[in-house]
Amino acid sequence: MAKSNAVINAHYKRLSPGKKIARDFSHNKYKYLMILPVLVYLILFCYKPMYGIQIAFKNFKVTRGMAKSPWVGLYWFEHFFNDPYFWRLLRNTFTISGLTILFGFPAPIVLALMLNEVRNSKFKRTVQTITYMPYFISLVVLCSLIKIYCQQYGLVSDIVSFFGGVKQNWLQDPRYFRIIYVISDIWQGIGWNSIIYLAALSGIDQEQYEAARIDGANRFQQMLHITLPGLLPTITILFILRMGSILNVGYEKILLLYQPTTYEVADVFSTYTYRISLGATTPQYSLSTAVSLFNTVVNVVFLLITNFLSGRTTESSLF
Amino acid sequence: MTKAAHTNRIRESTGSKVFNVINAILLIFLCFLTLYPIWYCLVASFTATSYLSAHQGIMFIPHMFTTSAYRLAFTHPLLLSGYRNILIVLVVSVPLNIILTVFTGYFLASRDVLLKPVIQFMIMFTMFFNGGMIPTFLNIRDLGLYNTLWALILPGAISVYNCIICRTAIQSIPASLNESAYLDGANDLVIVFRLTLPLIMPTIAVLVLYYGIGHWNAWFPASIYLQDNDKLPIQNIMRSILIANSNLLNAAASETDKVDDFAETIKYSTIILTTVPVLCIYPFLQKYFVKGVMIGAVKG
Repeated sequence: MAKSNAVINAHYKRLSPGKKIARDFSHNKYKYLMILPVLVYLILFCYKPMYGIQIAFKNFKVTRGMAKSPWVGLYWFEHFFNDPYFWRLLRNTFTISGLTILFGFPAPIVLALMLNEVRNSKFKRTVQTITYMPYFISLVVLCSLIKIYCQQYGLVSDIVSFFGGVKQNWLQDPRYFRIIYVISDIWQGIGWNSIIYLAALSGIDQEQYEAARIDGANRFQQMLHITLPGLLPTITILFILRMGSILNVGYEKILLLYQPTTYEVADVFSTYTYRISLGATTPQYSLSTAVSLFNTVVNVVFLLITNFLSGRTTESSLF
Repeated sequence: MTKAAHTNRIRESTGSKVFNVINAILLIFLCFLTLYPIWYCLVASFTATSYLSAHQGIMFIPHMFTTSAYRLAFTHPLLLSGYRNILIVLVVSVPLNIILTVFTGYFLASRDVLLKPVIQFMIMFTMFFNGGMIPTFLNIRDLGLYNTLWALILPGAISVYNCIICRTAIQSIPASLNESAYLDGANDLVIVFRLTLPLIMPTIAVLVLYYGIGHWNAWFPASIYLQDNDKLPIQNIMRSILIANSNLLNAAASETDKVDDFAETIKYSTIILTTVPVLCIYPFLQKYFVKGVMIGAVKG
């Protein structure tokens, strides 16, 4: 079998490019037939919009259409970089994303370590089932819950006033918006994100623990010197990947939660993109496209940098 | 494993016992924090509105038990049309998603295809770069999909991430199986449906769930692509009732005194009605979800 393959391959290599292509198409015609609808999809719904990015460099008016709108070069980008909003958006995007990483990234690791110490498997499975659950709650429901509980006479006010605080509408107060955002993020993702760490934990050699016990290490020392080092490669990879999407803030959630009183702390590039175009009475399509193009390009740059770093440090990269 | 745990328990020190107890207490507290917001919602949905507005604080069981919130919710004409629309979207898109994803996965897993690197690059590229909100929106409008349910179905026909999961599963099938099928005269289309698909059924289950949950939970596309209220899926109806306080309610609220009262009464019951379908099936499918994370993680 292997020998006949080698003969076929040698024969194949001698063919001219034109014959090669013809042969490839007749050999793999069903494979190409399968991928055809996918290509049509990609062109219609992914690449055609990319062609539409040109309106970021044009003064686009819906009435004129894309082709007839005049080119304006980098006008919208200059306009945006000189806009006082620019710094607010940059600050908010990095702050919200940074806080989410700072508190949201370690949370599932801690949960996985705690679950790992549970000896009773039934209890462990119950905790897992319960903590994975919020992941499947839709964003609209999550934000509805937040809104209901954070209103002036809602549950949060009740609890705070029990401890001597003041009742107020928490979602309207700019001081609390980011806290609410981050806490609800952790609430929804902690269990689900711990799955991958638990899988890595199950791969740690159990003999190491026995050896450590014989040497007199207590539970905490075992966690510190065996479990955590065992998790470190997984943590490194996930952290690098997370840094690659640092500008990807959950804008759908912000759109559902923010209001004019909290724009100052909540507005990020993607929400601004929406608000000045589809959410506005006089849409600024060109400016909006320029803002989102800027966001995408910075994202890709971050991803390439972190991917490069990850390839250097952990020998595992995306491409 | 159980034996090891057993011997461990015998030798357990006081410190270790304290550690176990504190750990368990913290985990139980975490479960409480996770469940309580949902439980409160369930309890409040069965409690009379008059009680809710008069009393505050933590509730564990319904007071003044009533199902009127649910009965009222179902008089809301848009709630029913919301369920109908999301069902249409699910029934049409999920099979489409699965077929295209399996085709893509099969293509990406195959060898000796001349144009594969080019097509693979075309597919992967869309993961990192896209047209952005406005060009995508204008494109949907130009294609004539604006204000039709197709705008919710077609643009998300393929998720590249899910295609990678599918490819990984197909790659794990021994190549000799395909070769023997070729010898028996089967072409690739026959192989996909008769050989590959049955062999990767567990992965297909994961993909059905991922796509299905994705469609069920999505709200943003419908909010920008759909104009008519009776075309909106359930999440958007929820949003207008609970978050946006929009005028969608006025029509339905004419029989009650005030829009606020109406919204106040049905907000908990609508949350429960949209969450329950997902949360009910979830514990049974948990292992598939978890499996999906693992497959994705291998490539991610």
